[in-house]
Amino acid sequence: MRKTFTAGLVALVLAGTAHAQSTLDAVKGKGFVQCGVNTGLAGFSQPDSKGVWKGIDVDLCRAIAAAVFGDASKVRYTPLTAQQRFTALQSGEVDLLARNTTWTITRDTSLGLNFVGVNFYDGQGFMVPKKLNVKSAKQLNGATICVQPGTTTELNLADYFRANRMTFKPVVIEKLEEVTNAYFSGRCDVFTTDVSGLVSVRGSRAPKPDEHVILPEVISKEPLGPAVRHGDDRWFDVVKWSLFAMIEAEEMGLTSKTIDQALASKDPGVQRFVGASGDIGKMLALDNRWAFNIVKQVGNYGESFDANLKPLGFERGINALWNQGGLMYAPPIR
Amino acid sequence: MNPRRLRAALFQAGLAAAVALVAWYFVSNTAANLESRRIASGFAFLSREAGFEIGETTFVAYGAADTYLRALAVGVLNTFRVAGIGVVAATLLGALLGLARLSPNWLLAKLAAGYVEVIRNIPLLVQLFFWYAIITENLPGPRDALQPFAGVFLSNRGIALPVVASWLPFSLEIPRLEGFNFAGGAVLTPEFAALIAGLVFYTAAFIAEIVRAGVLAVSRGQVDAANALGLTRRAALRYVVLPQALRLVVPPMTSQYLNLTKNSSLAVAIGYPDLVSIANTTMNQTGQAIEGIAIIMAVYLTISLSISALMNWYNRRVAMKGLRR
Amino acid sequence: MNGALAWVRANLFSSVPSALATLAVAWLAFKLVPPFIDWAFLDAVWRATDSQACRQAKGEGACWAFIAEKHRFIFFGTYPYDQHWRPAGVIALLLVLYALSAWRRAWHWWLAIVWAVGLAVIGVLMWGGVPGLPYVENGRWGGLALTLLLATFGLAFAFPLSILLALGRRSQLPVVRAFCVAYIELIRGVPLISLLFMASVMLPLFLPEGMTIDKLLRAQIAMILFAAAYLAEVVRGGLQAVRHEQYEQADALGLGYWQRTGLVILPQALRVAIPPLVNTFIGFLKDTSLVVIIGLFDLLTAVKVALQEPAWTGFGVEAYLFASLVYFVFCYAMSVYSQRLERGLAPDARPVLRTGA
Repeated sequence: MRKTFTAGLVALVLAGTAHAQSTLDAVKGKGFVQCGVNTGLAGFSQPDSKGVWKGIDVDLCRAIAAAVFGDASKVRYTPLTAQQRFTALQSGEVDLLARNTTWTITRDTSLGLNFVGVNFYDGQGFMVPKKLNVKSAKQLNGATICVQPGTTTELNLADYFRANRMTFKPVVIEKLEEVTNAYFSGRCDVFTTDVSGLVSVRGSRAPKPDEHVILPEVISKEPLGPAVRHGDDRWFDVVKWSLFAMIEAEEMGLTSKTIDQALASKDPGVQRFVGASGDIGKMLALDNRWAFNIVKQVGNYGESFDANLKPLGFERGINALWNQGGLMYAPPIR
Repeated sequence: MNPRRLRAALFQAGLAAAVALVAWYFVSNTAANLESRRIASGFAFLSREAGFEIGETTFVAYGAADTYLRALAVGVLNTFRVAGIGVVAATLLGALLGLARLSPNWLLAKLAAGYVEVIRNIPLLVQLFFWYAIITENLPGPRDALQPFAGVFLSNRGIALPVVASWLPFSLEIPRLEGFNFAGGAVLTPEFAALIAGLVFYTAAFIAEIVRAGVLAVSRGQVDAANALGLTRRAALRYVVLPQALRLVVPPMTSQYLNLTKNSSLAVAIGYPDLVSIANTTMNQTGQAIEGIAIIMAVYLTISLSISALMNWYNRRVAMKGLRR
Repeated sequence: MNGALAWVRANLFSSVPSALATLAVAWLAFKLVPPFIDWAFLDAVWRATDSQACRQAKGEGACWAFIAEKHRFIFFGTYPYDQHWRPAGVIALLLVLYALSAWRRAWHWWLAIVWAVGLAVIGVLMWGGVPGLPYVENGRWGGLALTLLLATFGLAFAFPLSILLALGRRSQLPVVRAFCVAYIELIRGVPLISLLFMASVMLPLFLPEGMTIDKLLRAQIAMILFAAAYLAEVVRGGLQAVRHEQYEQADALGLGYWQRTGLVILPQALRVAIPPLVNTFIGFLKDTSLVVIIGLFDLLTAVKVALQEPAWTGFGVEAYLFASLVYFVFCYAMSVYSQRLERGLAPDARPVLRTGA
């Protein structure tokens, strides 16, 4: 019996040192993409009343599934809090993180992640109840501020107050739902997160949205984007170019409604995009219709933004295309 | 060597080899995974700037510009603060409850028994959430704070109490509402208050049973002898029963104190910045989960082993010969 | 009439301090009980289609409508709504298995077979995948069903491990003894939350790339390792209680170590260890509530998530009182059983002290 035990152990060890499988192959083998998303942030990733996930991060996940499988529904969602998100990606529990995560150098290097790009440019702000009569963030000395741990928000908050020689009392609560409840119940005076989060929370979770005001100061840059693990270049390329395809489609004027006609287009750029000419899909180890499937089943960046964020009161602002005054710029697909 | 000894030696060698093999398997996998994901390792991060604020500190000052090491030290001190106050309060309450259960007054005995039975059978975490909900949901904001006594304010920001500013002349520092919160005096945050309330009420129930068992275990003959000497019930309790009972209860009591200290780690669920909570934030900001968990386990293990060693020493010195196991 | 008065005199007013205590308790009861009854029963909102009625009654009446609205979610988590009969069946089956194991007449070796079959049936019911039962991945299991499953499987696997650890701790072989002592002291010296963190964060790093381990399984492993250390101490207590002569008599019969242990020592040791074992199970059931911290969907998590819906926030007191009630029912039943068992098994022994965590 001891002999079989040792033999089994040796076999395990050998198996363990065998060649590691790349994420793209693993995803193709599984038949679906496991996507790490927010537990419920309206406009970014939130299940509706029927349990269907909606949001711009969700749309990105669906776009990747459309690119890899030709079917945008082959996604499974793992809701993650800010504390859980990095370990979930590092440990392999999810294939990518599309969870309104800020791109910083620390995360890009020492946390073992690779950011593929930015799908929403944002900044950090403060929300206070109107009845406190606060007009500017510089008046918040001594306030009790609700913040989520493990976020750039927490760090920026400390920096800002130090720089302005003010103090504050942090109330640190992990889950978004709980921290917003704490703010709305009066446990803290101020809630701070990305301005997009503030708008979303005020619109969807405030008992009386008009009683809350978002202060004018934006105290940091928060480029939000999806991330994958280090050491996986093929999967990194697939995710990155799925995002760029959505942006490029809007720049080319291709929407989910007009993409079918585009198959017959004579424009060489459009032909390359929809896979009518060239071999770009093969370069990514995907089907040549990868970009076509993305736009047809999910839509371009503008459509995703309008469907998810416009109803909550967001304007394109700096998230418009580069040739319309914003920052959204996709490298050429050729 | 005789065959039995040889067999035993071989078996042990085999077991040691198997354990070493499994350990090597895990370690090599971990090293490979960390390498491929380029996650840093080592404890160098302890001297880096932490960058986050901590809601409450004990004895030491802390700011966001301080190192991770200092942040973790604040966590350890916060844990000690909760454990220290909790142990004292739980012992007092538990001893009272235990004696109440032995009281000839039927009402007191039944109430204490009921308390013990109910509290022991509900998870501590549920009780913590309950106290936290009562404080944060049912108390008003600081501007409408309740004032049950002069100078004491109850609000959803915590309990503000006056403190002694100086002893001679005797003067109190009364908390006042300034801007957003109360300034001056001592403010018990809702997290701290809920944690203490939950831990004390929970552990007191177990201590009550220990005290009761200890008192009951003092042999009947001692009580009879005390009565024969003409001591009143109270005197008998004070001079004969309790001193002997105390020696019996030290081991299980110490075990309960250890439990209280370990249970204080549940602070992470309600946001009190104890060691586990701050280590958790550190793990998230630096990505170095293994080092963080190692620190948590090392600290608690040190506390447990030193208290156990202390208790063993005390037991050997003080325990009565006949009752030693 | 005289009897009742005499009883009151003897039990409530036997001395001056006693009389004062009785009066104090009576005064407190008079001040606290009627408002509580008002809040909990008379002014409470029992049923409501939305939370408006509850919000109006806030402060004066409890919102039990929250429980009426959310109880299925609390018991079954995010399990598909139309398949709720399956986790309900699993809970019922577990209760039957517990009751059967509690019946002393049933303590035979075939009980293990009954348990094995029962657990297999539970697996089939929860996962599905067979014709007639659609597949439900274990990421969607939750609520009371998950709490009971965690506790039951945890104990079932921890128990054999704990026996090995206890035997190892008393072994004459130094390597074995050192290993067991180190394991037990290490696990008992750290809080459960650190083991749960270790399992949820570090276990995936221990495995080669490409191999993943499910979140539920990680938590289950952590709980098994934790329970095994505490149970090992209980079993060791039982082993210590077995009289010296039994070892010598077994040796005289020519039995080897394993035969002696399996046929003579262990049955007696385990018999003594059963009351503290039940107490450990009570503690273990309470400890499953900690998985809320690592994001697993048990009963307590379900209550918390139910509270987070914007319409129903602010009713934490009612929600946690309900959760307390559910846990209390299970734990108190087991506690009463343990006390009765103790009296039945060893009527002359000193009462076992419950020193649960």
